[in-house]
Amino acid sequence: MRRWLPAGLLAFLAAGPLVLSEFYVTLFNYIGLSALVALGLVLLTGVAGLTSFGQAAFVGVGAYATAWLTTAGAAAGWPALLTTPWAGLALGLMLTMLVAAGLGAITLRLSGHFLPLSTIAWGISLYFLFGNLEFLGGHTGLSGVPPLSFAGWELRDPRWFYYLIWLSLLAALFGVRNLLDSRPGRAIRALKGGALMAEAMGVDTARAKLMVFLLAAILASLSGWLYAHLQRFVNPTPFGLPIGIEYLFMAVIGGASEVWGALVGAAVITVLKHWLQDWLPHLFGASGNFEIIVFGFLMIAVLHRAQGGLWPYLSRGFPQPAVRGEAASRRDASLPPMPQRARPEAGVLLLDVKDVVKRFGGLVANDRMNLAVHAGEITALIGPNGAGKSTLFNVISGVEPATSGEVRFLGQRIDGLPARAIARLGMARTFQHVRLLPQMTVLENVALGAHLRGKRGYLSAMLRLSRDEEARLLAEARRHCERVGLADCLHMPAGSLPLGRQRLVEIARALALDPVLLLLDEPAAGLRYLEKQALAALLRVLRAEGLGILLVEHDMDFVMNLADFVVVMEFGKTIAAGRPAEVQNDPAVIEAYLGGLE
Amino acid sequence: MSEALLEVSDLSVAYGQIEAVHHVSLRVLPGQIVTVIGPNGAGKTTLLSAIIGLLPCKGGMVRYAGEAYARVTLEKMVAAGMVLVPEKRELFAEMSVLDNLLLGAFMRRRLGFRDERQTLATVFALFPRLKERAQQRAGTLSGGERQMLAIGRALMARPRLLMLDEPSLGLAPLIVREIFRILADLAAEGVAILLVEQNARAALQLADYGYVLETGEIALSGRADELSEDARVAESYLGQAAGCPVA
Amino acid sequence: MDLQIALLLAQDGVVSGAIYALLALALVLVFAVTRVVFIPQGEFVAYGALTLASFQMGKIPGTLWLLLALAFVILLVDGPAAWRQGGRGFLLFLAQVVLYPALMAAAVLLGQPHAWPLWAQSLLALALVAPLGPQLYRLVFQPVAEASVLMLLIVAVALHLALVGLGLVFFGAEGSRTPPFSEASWEVGSLVVSGQSLWVLGASAGLIVALYLFFEKTLYGKALRATAMNRIGARLMGISTTFAGKIAFLFAAVIGGASGILIAPITTIYYDTGFLIGLKGFVGAIVGGLASYPVAAAGALLVGLLESFSSFWASAYKEVLVFTLIIPVLLWRSWQSHQVEEEE
Repeated sequence: MRRWLPAGLLAFLAAGPLVLSEFYVTLFNYIGLSALVALGLVLLTGVAGLTSFGQAAFVGVGAYATAWLTTAGAAAGWPALLTTPWAGLALGLMLTMLVAAGLGAITLRLSGHFLPLSTIAWGISLYFLFGNLEFLGGHTGLSGVPPLSFAGWELRDPRWFYYLIWLSLLAALFGVRNLLDSRPGRAIRALKGGALMAEAMGVDTARAKLMVFLLAAILASLSGWLYAHLQRFVNPTPFGLPIGIEYLFMAVIGGASEVWGALVGAAVITVLKHWLQDWLPHLFGASGNFEIIVFGFLMIAVLHRAQGGLWPYLSRGFPQPAVRGEAASRRDASLPPMPQRARPEAGVLLLDVKDVVKRFGGLVANDRMNLAVHAGEITALIGPNGAGKSTLFNVISGVEPATSGEVRFLGQRIDGLPARAIARLGMARTFQHVRLLPQMTVLENVALGAHLRGKRGYLSAMLRLSRDEEARLLAEARRHCERVGLADCLHMPAGSLPLGRQRLVEIARALALDPVLLLLDEPAAGLRYLEKQALAALLRVLRAEGLGILLVEHDMDFVMNLADFVVVMEFGKTIAAGRPAEVQNDPAVIEAYLGGLE
Repeated sequence: MSEALLEVSDLSVAYGQIEAVHHVSLRVLPGQIVTVIGPNGAGKTTLLSAIIGLLPCKGGMVRYAGEAYARVTLEKMVAAGMVLVPEKRELFAEMSVLDNLLLGAFMRRRLGFRDERQTLATVFALFPRLKERAQQRAGTLSGGERQMLAIGRALMARPRLLMLDEPSLGLAPLIVREIFRILADLAAEGVAILLVEQNARAALQLADYGYVLETGEIALSGRADELSEDARVAESYLGQAAGCPVA
Repeated sequence: MDLQIALLLAQDGVVSGAIYALLALALVLVFAVTRVVFIPQGEFVAYGALTLASFQMGKIPGTLWLLLALAFVILLVDGPAAWRQGGRGFLLFLAQVVLYPALMAAAVLLGQPHAWPLWAQSLLALALVAPLGPQLYRLVFQPVAEASVLMLLIVAVALHLALVGLGLVFFGAEGSRTPPFSEASWEVGSLVVSGQSLWVLGASAGLIVALYLFFEKTLYGKALRATAMNRIGARLMGISTTFAGKIAFLFAAVIGGASGILIAPITTIYYDTGFLIGLKGFVGAIVGGLASYPVAAAGALLVGLLESFSSFWASAYKEVLVFTLIIPVLLWRSWQSHQVEEEE
């Protein structure tokens, strides 16, 4: 039964216009148009953790661009080629991208709520513009928009338009689903709650956010283009802020975490709206858009009770989708491994920290710290809690800028570089407070570490042209999982693992970056004795392979048996540095660690 | 044995999807100093957060001041005189030291007490430095002063049970000694103290009773002086393992 | 444009700017304490103005029914727990959800507010709108208080939509304008200053000073600021986040309702006018980064002036110009922030 449901639905969709009445065909057309916009919002809201209330304005840009070009342009006697609906589509998409890129560049770097707030302002402004610009027909709008035509055949019947809308929608659904199951898709999925970690893996999160925002805007604009040629006239009303809010409701009520939620939400809201608009004015004895009361409270109820929307409930009837990445990662045997970066020879100076100072307000977290790590060596950074070790890690890896001082990596100055640029040079790190994406599988989390080793972009991901590279990336990720001992839980959600194993995922992810220097922040915390032994063995192997390792750790046994060189910090300063045996007998160290009440 | 002020039985706490504390039981008597020691990530902070109600418990029971709670609520605990000095201090950085202290007495004011000026005098007597800096913004204080303010603010609530999460964190030994001396004085006045520390040696010297928490479970417990003698504690937490310096 | 027109426009701008400033302060307060970007702020403005207008037309304002309905739901939801708790807490709870709504119902239904003087009608309107703040906080925001800012924003937008729709049901699509508090006017040089303008400015200044004193001088005010600065720290002192949230929303409703009552004599208010007014307060609040009270107030004043002058030069594009103002502001903020921010 489950297997036949999707096929049955497709057959129903295909047969729709042949059997349904005109009324239902129109309803389905509107559902399809709305679902296109809502799909963009699923990407934005559910996946990337951004939101826009102004998508209706993008729909308007798409609709007005083509309406204006095909009517006013044609009337002005422009070359026929420039006034076809196809030119209108191109103009609409160009304008949309221009506006979205501009807005995105301004707001996407700010924290999450500034983007939606600016989309409210933008949604209102554009609505007033549509209504006030003479050449767009003011509040009456533009009429006489020509129908779409394919090689002379005009698409005037809504029954035929139905196919165009639903084919566009299915193509968009297909593309977005493919995108999410790919290298750029993982970067997008990391935006929600993992931006800092993603940057440390080399992901340009600002660009990823912008791309998602653009994609959502493009889908909205496409919907607007279809709308204009279906309706054959445009006016400002369907592009106002209330409709923009309605699109967002569709995504959230349908279920913003899966692409199908857009379709469910669009169907529910469109049908409900139609029904309420018939029924509520009778109830209240006046005309007006009373349905917004119901939508408002419905939305609040959904956000209180079922934040995942309706889709998770409906999806139980469908075959469960394969775990992302599972199939691709099985193809590994036939593919050549990914090329590795050239490793410097043992003993080469990798990291050189000179006089680094880091202040937070009145607190000096790092006070003229010096440190060096060589290839094929493990340097341990130890000291009491609060001594400033993690801060120094953040400064070295570019997560936070140093107040003053110099950090060199492979001879190049890296203080002031963003984390992703440092990652690109071959430095990988783990985080003391584990930063995984709990819903994603272990394999996908680790594959995020290999982000910089792939090249394929958004378009090829959507069109499934990047499957080879994708399989190689996942195979690489799988290799590192196996290496740290996670072979048995590749396809489990990372959040379901015990803390100790989550730390191993962090290490595997760092290794997947193919680093020459590995920064490990308390990798052994929460591990049991045998697991610690296994970790120590792995680090020894990595050292033998020529990797440089900088390690923060509290377990003295672990550190003293493993490290080649130990730096002891207290109050942001180095109080001792040397071979483990030297450091252990240093009076200052004994005082720092064991300074009791005597 | 006298009636325990705090009795935690079989407590389990999940942090996100991970269960961070499993089936922990411990008790604190009035005027007693009890310490929980253990490595980073053992679940010490999670344990304190659950006892006072910052985190929900997954299972088990907290009995405090004669009342049993299956679901602890923070407000009730604070009203009943339980106070936590958190690891991150959580001061009101943009407010003056004085306002920080006065807010420490917020719950007492709500319960109808009007004695915050007297309490303030006691706190200033304990920490003269805070009196000097009364008008300064809390965000401009040094690390040691912040910890003093955090403890002072907690004392403004006149706690029956004072819980401290790593009070020695990032502080110079001299200041740690000073703070621990004050804790001893408080206990002598009848305040029960539950101290979570990484600085195991200092904590065990101060405390009457100790628990060792490891990967979310109580691995050992006993009188503090006995625990400091225990070979396993000495090895893991006091840095006396083979090859490590012996103080 | 000559000086006289400029002065006239400036006066208009300052008067509406004062209202926007009040709203901006409420928005900053609500955001700081609860992390809710409170889009429905403007609905309180419309509700305040239209409730007053209903009294004057001798109608029963729908605000009363909303107040009673919300109180009833809260009684159902929280009643059992309050009963079990007993004591003073239960009496206080009953006073809030039974006694106060009953008093309001009596005043509106039996007290014939139609015949009351304007100031008494205004106070009654405010008394009807004010409790909506904490009530809505309890039912709409408290259950998701720990959700992300983004989620809270979506909830706020949903609530905005519902309240606008209810406004249409309560007050109809017709706009209303109420009589001014003062008919007086003075000539200062070539400029005519109306008594109502002075009322608006005086009341705004008074409210701002009262807010300042509350936050700086009282323990509860400090407790609210403490919650805004450090939620965990505040909770550990026994300052409940819920309590702080309800107070913040009470302020939002009082400020919103009062703003509506103050401007109702100056502009015609429709059921959906509040949104645009509230958004202009927002532009001010965003200028202040949703964090600084003085900067937000100054930004709101700027919005008022910009709106007033653009209505002279390009009245059709007035709204466009005002909302485009936030673009340079955001640009400037964006240049200031360089780090990758982690959403909570």
